[in-house]
Amino acid sequence: MSDPRVAGFGLTHFGKHPERTGRAMFAEAGLAALDDAGVTPDDVEALFYGNFMGELAEHQGHQGPLMAEALGLDAPATRYESACASSGVAVRDAVRTVRNGEADLVLVGGAERMTNIGTAGATDALSIAADDLYEIRAGMTFPGAYALMARAYFEQYGGSREDLAEIAVKNHEHALPNEYAQMQQEITVEDALDAPVIADPLGLYDSCPITDGATAVVLASEEYAADHDLDAPVTIAGTGQGGDKMALQDRDYYARTPATEAAADEAYDDAGISADDVDFLEVHDCFTIAEVLALEGLGMYEIGEAIGAARRGETTRHGELPVNLSGGLKAKGHPVGATGVAQIISLTKLFEGRHPRADDVTDGTTAVAHNAGGTVASATVHVLEVDG
Amino acid sequence: MSDDDAVRDAGYDDLLDAIADGEGYYHECSNGHGSLPPRWACPQCGDRDLSEEPLPGSGEIDTFTIITVATPQFTDDAPYVTAVVDFGPVSITGQLRDVDPETVETGDVVGIDVDETETTGDRLIVFEPR
Repeated sequence: MSDPRVAGFGLTHFGKHPERTGRAMFAEAGLAALDDAGVTPDDVEALFYGNFMGELAEHQGHQGPLMAEALGLDAPATRYESACASSGVAVRDAVRTVRNGEADLVLVGGAERMTNIGTAGATDALSIAADDLYEIRAGMTFPGAYALMARAYFEQYGGSREDLAEIAVKNHEHALPNEYAQMQQEITVEDALDAPVIADPLGLYDSCPITDGATAVVLASEEYAADHDLDAPVTIAGTGQGGDKMALQDRDYYARTPATEAAADEAYDDAGISADDVDFLEVHDCFTIAEVLALEGLGMYEIGEAIGAARRGETTRHGELPVNLSGGLKAKGHPVGATGVAQIISLTKLFEGRHPRADDVTDGTTAVAHNAGGTVASATVHVLEVDG
Repeated sequence: MSDDDAVRDAGYDDLLDAIADGEGYYHECSNGHGSLPPRWACPQCGDRDLSEEPLPGSGEIDTFTIITVATPQFTDDAPYVTAVVDFGPVSITGQLRDVDPETVETGDVVGIDVDETETTGDRLIVFEPR
């Protein structure tokens, strides 16, 4: 068993592209990934594809074979759906398939078309990641759910809207040179605090935007990469997944994410590392409070301590633990089913010196990608390492 | 659904009927864990021996939010307060009625009832101050 290597990647611009179909976006991302790896469609043995709201946004189910066809692949293709963690779980299965020796070269990616159904339509579609009977029918929205978690966090551990605003400011600053990002726009704490409230205590700038986009990476076995002389210095060295009760009301915690804790424990153990070894991360900041919950769940901070990390400068690009150098979901954008793979791409680009923020992490050897679904009823964690 | 011919969701709609009649209930497993219907196994421990116990008449607000951007099904309801209320053995999510949203605090004691949404007339769980 050997750890799969990231042999190539491709992605579309993240932003408002309402006229672009999912299949067109995934074709662009997937073909770019194959070209980047220097392989052909015939080399691909399987497609692992993440998508969340295809039925609602495009009236399209059964997207696996559709996306394989879009790339000209003659390979089995499966769609993975775990809300916003859809392509995180796709990565996990792709990693395990290569490790098991069942395939030597696979494609894993995701796509989401969202802006074509408008803000109301996307708000409705995103809400179905919650429990229909006991949450959606009570009027809960996706921002509303994270607002419930934010208030619980403030009351149990302290923190304020200003602390959350510092996270938004940081991630917007990180995205400034990222040409694939939806928002290349600097903001201030005042901008964030003055923005309209969506679900108290969360405002517009606490929330990721609604995004169209697609992503893909080629994963190759160690043997395949060596035999074909692929330039692939980054490995996925650890994988983990955790789960929790679907509805917040049925959880033990509102301001902690045990699914992330379980996924991190498994992934770190799998990679033979501890939290202290991690040099930088891409975490699931669908809302600013989600970055706080992620960093605590991943063991980067004690419970109750991550709320001030951005304000203290620790998680900025000049800090000791840079978080979301891509801009995160917050500024880069969050095409739901494409996000887990987007995180793998960002970390790979940073390691390979192909990311505009790569100069901020030149000494890093170990990085973590954290992808979460719903209110973290699903979570995946992947550990990436680069050859020394 | 407001449509009288709409197909019911067994378990869930039965619970709403009971709450509306002031006779709410929850499931308790033999290890004392509470859960809401429909259940065939305890979500905490997997025990299948579930009894029906009366839901306490009031609970405390654990956490809440004031939602201003709603889904299309709740547009005319916004802004509204969504709260998770701790009834002891179970916690329940619903809309808080008859309060000034700015004065709500966690720990407030509320009762439970069933009402309709302003937007669609669909049934939903509501809380009112006690």
